[in-house]
Amino acid sequence: MTRGEAPTGEQQHRVRLTVNGRAAAATVVARRTLSDFLRHDLGLTGTHVGCEHGVCGACTVLLDGEPVRSCLLFAVSVAGREVTTVEGLTPSTATADPDTLSAVQRAFRECHALQCGFCTPGFLTTITAGLRENPHPSADDAVQMIAGNLCRCTGYQNIVAAVLRAAELSDADEPPVPEPAEGGA
Amino acid sequence: MATRYFGQSIKRTEDLRLTTGRGRYTDDIAVGTGTLEAAYVRSPHAHARIIDIDVADAIDVPGVVAIYTWEDLVGAAAEPLPVLIPHPALHAPRTGYPLARDEVHHAGEAIVMVVAQNRYLAEDAAAKIRVDYQPLPAVVGLDAARAAQHAVHADVPDNVAARLVQTVGDLDAGFAAAPHTLELNLEIERSCSMPLEGKAVHARWDADDQSLRVYSSTQASTSVRAAIAAKLGLPLGKVEVIAPDVGGGFGAKIVHPWPEEITVPFAAVRLGRPVKWTEDRREHFVSSAHERGQQHHIRVGFDDAGRILALDVQFWHDNGAYTPYGIICPIVTSTQLLGPYKPGAYRVTFESLYTTTVIVTPYRGAGRPQGVFAMERTMDAIAARLGLDRTVVRAANFIQPDEFPFDQGLIFQDGRPLIYDSGNYPDQLIMLKELIGWDAFDDERRRARDEGRLLGIGLGCYVEGTGPGPYEGAHVQVQTDGSVEVAIGLTSQGQGHQTVFAQIAADELGVPIEKVRVTTGDTRRFGYAVGTFASRAAVMSGSAVALAARAAKAKALRVAADILEVDASDLDIVDGVVAVKGSPSSAIPLGQVAVLSNPLRYAFDEAAKAATQFAKPADPDKPPVAEDDEPGLEGKDYYSPPRSTFASGMHAAVVEIDPDTSEIAIRRYAVVHDCGNMINPMIVEGQVHGGVAQGIAGALYERMAYDEDGQLVNASFMDFLMPYVTEIPQAQLGQLILGHQETPSPLNPLGIKGAGEAGVIPVSAVLASAVEDAVGVPITAMPLDPSTLFELRRGRSADSSSPPTRPDAEGVSR
Repeated sequence: MTRGEAPTGEQQHRVRLTVNGRAAAATVVARRTLSDFLRHDLGLTGTHVGCEHGVCGACTVLLDGEPVRSCLLFAVSVAGREVTTVEGLTPSTATADPDTLSAVQRAFRECHALQCGFCTPGFLTTITAGLRENPHPSADDAVQMIAGNLCRCTGYQNIVAAVLRAAELSDADEPPVPEPAEGGA
Repeated sequence: MATRYFGQSIKRTEDLRLTTGRGRYTDDIAVGTGTLEAAYVRSPHAHARIIDIDVADAIDVPGVVAIYTWEDLVGAAAEPLPVLIPHPALHAPRTGYPLARDEVHHAGEAIVMVVAQNRYLAEDAAAKIRVDYQPLPAVVGLDAARAAQHAVHADVPDNVAARLVQTVGDLDAGFAAAPHTLELNLEIERSCSMPLEGKAVHARWDADDQSLRVYSSTQASTSVRAAIAAKLGLPLGKVEVIAPDVGGGFGAKIVHPWPEEITVPFAAVRLGRPVKWTEDRREHFVSSAHERGQQHHIRVGFDDAGRILALDVQFWHDNGAYTPYGIICPIVTSTQLLGPYKPGAYRVTFESLYTTTVIVTPYRGAGRPQGVFAMERTMDAIAARLGLDRTVVRAANFIQPDEFPFDQGLIFQDGRPLIYDSGNYPDQLIMLKELIGWDAFDDERRRARDEGRLLGIGLGCYVEGTGPGPYEGAHVQVQTDGSVEVAIGLTSQGQGHQTVFAQIAADELGVPIEKVRVTTGDTRRFGYAVGTFASRAAVMSGSAVALAARAAKAKALRVAADILEVDASDLDIVDGVVAVKGSPSSAIPLGQVAVLSNPLRYAFDEAAKAATQFAKPADPDKPPVAEDDEPGLEGKDYYSPPRSTFASGMHAAVVEIDPDTSEIAIRRYAVVHDCGNMINPMIVEGQVHGGVAQGIAGALYERMAYDEDGQLVNASFMDFLMPYVTEIPQAQLGQLILGHQETPSPLNPLGIKGAGEAGVIPVSAVLASAVEDAVGVPITAMPLDPSTLFELRRGRSADSSSPPTRPDAEGVSR
C-alpha cells in the first residue's frame, strides 16, 4: 500500500491484494469499501451490493477463505490479503460453460435456486465456505448455512435444495477456491 | 421434434451468466469508464414548503460537476410527472415533479440532484446543500387522512383522490332475504416490493448522433423510452431504453418514469457525459413505492347454509402522496375480493386517500391480498356464526365448473368485464384438504393440546385476473446459420423469460432449444410492449412468441416448398431441418432456407452465394421478392386478448402458537395452484415459492413503521423484518407442500394463465384464519406479531364478553 493525493485533495492509497488467485491493485481513498473496490476499481461486478449495511449478504466474498460482508470492509483494510469473489468460484475463467461450473454453481442451476440472480453471488460464496466446513449437511444444517443471507425471489426453497445437491456433487469434485489461511489473517 | 419443450422443467439459460458473476445489472454497465454519478438531496420532512435552496458550499466540493434543482429543468421535464393510468373516478389526481418544485409531500422526495465524479463525492456535496423548509402538517395513516383535519394537497381538502362504487344484483333484496347478517372491520398495513436490487438508471448521450441510450432497472422499458422522449423533447427514434439484468421488481419498477429516469438522462444530455444513479437501500425505502394499506368495513347477509345473499364492502385505500399509477390497486381489491365465489348481490365502495407518505403502487398481488383477506375473513366469520366447517361454507359459495365463462358483472382493472374464463374450485378444495390433512386435523389438535401445544388450521382461496392486455408482440428471425433470434419488448426481472420463451419458439419452429436466443426489454430489438406486471408475461409474450414463430414457420415452409418443389402442407420442420413428411431424404436445413429467403446481389459469405442472382435459374417474369412478401426468414406478430384470463388457488396452513409468548410458528403450509398449462413447472413452482414467502413476510413480519410526523423509522434491513430462510416453511423440511391443477385458458393459443403473483395473495387470510382457529380470538388486522397477539389473547381473557369465534379454541366454550 502506497499513499498519494487524489485531485479532490483526499489522501489516496495504493491497495495490493490477491483476488481470485491473481495479484490485483488499485489506488483508492481510504473510505472506498471493499465492495466498491471490487466492482468499480477492479471491474468484478459479480459481487452485488444490496443494503450497504451488512444485513442482506449479497456482497459476501471470501477473505482468506472465510465469508465476509464486503460492504462493511474498507479496501485499505484488506491490503495484502486474499479475496475470492463469485468470479473466482469457476475453475475456468474462460467462458460460462456449464461443465466448468463449481459444484455449488451447478447445484444452483440444477435446483433453480436463483431467479433474479442479484443475491446469488453472496449465497454462492457463503455456501462454498459452508460446505468446506460441513461437507455433508442435513436439511437443517443447510437452512442454518444460509440463514444470514436475504433472497426476495425464491422463498429459499430451492437454495436449501441446492446446498444439499452441491454437497452430493462436491463428493466427486475438488473445490477450486483457496482454503482458509492457517491461523487466520 | 421427439418431445415438446413446453411443459418441461428446462434448466434456465440465464443461470450460466448469473451464477458466474457475468450478469449485467444497471450498476454494472461500463464500470471503470468514468461515468459520472448522481446523488439526491431528499426531503427530511413529510410535508413542507421549500423556502430556499443554498448550494454555495456544495459547488466547491472537489469532483462536483453539476447541481440541479427544479429551476434547471426545462420544457416538459419541468412539468408534473404523468398520471400513468387515468380513470374517471380519479377526480383529484396529483403527481410530483422530477425534482420538487415548491412543496414536498413525503419524506424522501427528491429536491436537488448532484452530479460528481463518483457517488462518494456526490454525497459529500449533497450533505452541504442547505434547504430551508417551512414544515406543514403531516397526514399519516388512513384515520388521519379520513379525518381530513389537515390536507396533503391544499386543493384536495378532504384528501380523497378517488371514489368508486360498483354494484351487481339487488343488495337490499339480498339483505331482506338473509336470515343472518354480520359486520366486520378489518385492516391491513403497508409493506413493499423490496427487490434486492433497487432502482438504477444509466444514461449516455451521443452528441454526434444526437441520440440517448438509457439502461434502467425497470419493468417497462418501452414506456420508459416514450416518457423520456416526451419529457426531454427528443424524437422517439433517438432514444433507446434497455432493461438489462434486473434484480427483482415485484411491482415497484413498473412505475415510470421515476423522477430519476428523467433527471439522469437530463443530466447526461446537458453534460454530454454518461451519468448514472444507483438507488441505495434507504432511498428505496423512502422514495420508491409501498402498498397494501387499507381499512375495510364489511356487512354480509347469508342463509343457513352459509350462502352469501348480499355483500356490502366499503374500504379506504392509502395511496400515499401522489397517484402516478392511478387507482389500479383499489380497483383490483374491489373486484378480486369476490374470489371463487358468487354472492347473490355485491356492492363495493372505495375511497383512495392521500397521506404524506411514500406513493402506493402495485406490489405483487396489487390489492388482491387485501381483498382476499376481506372475503376470507368474512367466510370464516360466517362459518363461526353458523357453527359450520370453514370449507363447507366456502364450497357453498363456489362458482361451479359448468358455470364458465362466469360473468361477475363488474368492470376489472383493464377496463374489461370481469368474466372468469375457466377453473375448477370444488376440485381444488378437495386437493387442498388432502394436502394439508384438513379432515384429520381435529385429532391432531387434540393430541397437541394434550401435550400442552396450541395448534390451529386455516385456509384461503383466491382468483387472480392475469395476463391483461392491451397487447404484447414478438419478433422471430431465423439466421442463416440456423439459429433463431427471438425479441420481445417485455422485460424480465428474474422470471426466466429467456428460457420459457425459447421453449415456446423452439417447439413452434421445430428447432433444438440451444439454437434459440431470446432478447427481452430492449427497445432496439422490439419497440412495442406494455410491460411486466399483473402476471402477464407468459400469457401475453408467450402467446406472441408462439404466433410470431408460427408466422416464421409458415414462411419457412413456403420458401422450402418452392425449393423442394413440393406442397408446403407436405413439409414439416424437425430438429432444424425442413423435410417432406415421411420422406426425410427430401430436406433442407432451416438455415439454408433463411439464406434463400433473402435474394442477394452480394455474396458476403460462403452460404450467401446460394442466394445470389446467378446462382440458380429464376422465373424472369416474377420479382425476386413477391409483392406481398419481404426478404428474410422472419415472423412478427402481436397477441391482444379480449380480456384477462383467471388463475386461481387455495392455500392452507397449520400454525402453532406458543401458549406463553404467543410466538407464531407455521408447522405446515399447503398450496394448490392453477395457472392453466404450465410452460416450465420448475419456474412456476419457483414463482409460487417466492410468492408464499412474500405473503408470510407481509402477514407476520413486514410493516412500514411511520411515526406521526411521517418519518419512516424502520427504513433499513436492520429494522424492516424481511424474512430469512428461518422464517419461511421449507419444502426440504417437509413444511411446504405444493399441488398443481391445470385448467387451460380458452383465451390464448397455449392455454396458459399467469403465475407470478399468485403465491402471495391469500397468505394473510390463511394465517389469520389459522391463528384465530388456534387461539379463539378474532384476528382482524395484519401483519400480526407475537406482541399484538399476546395483547389480543390477554384482552380476551380479561374481557369475557368478547366471544371466541370457535367454540373449542383454547378449550374455551361459548
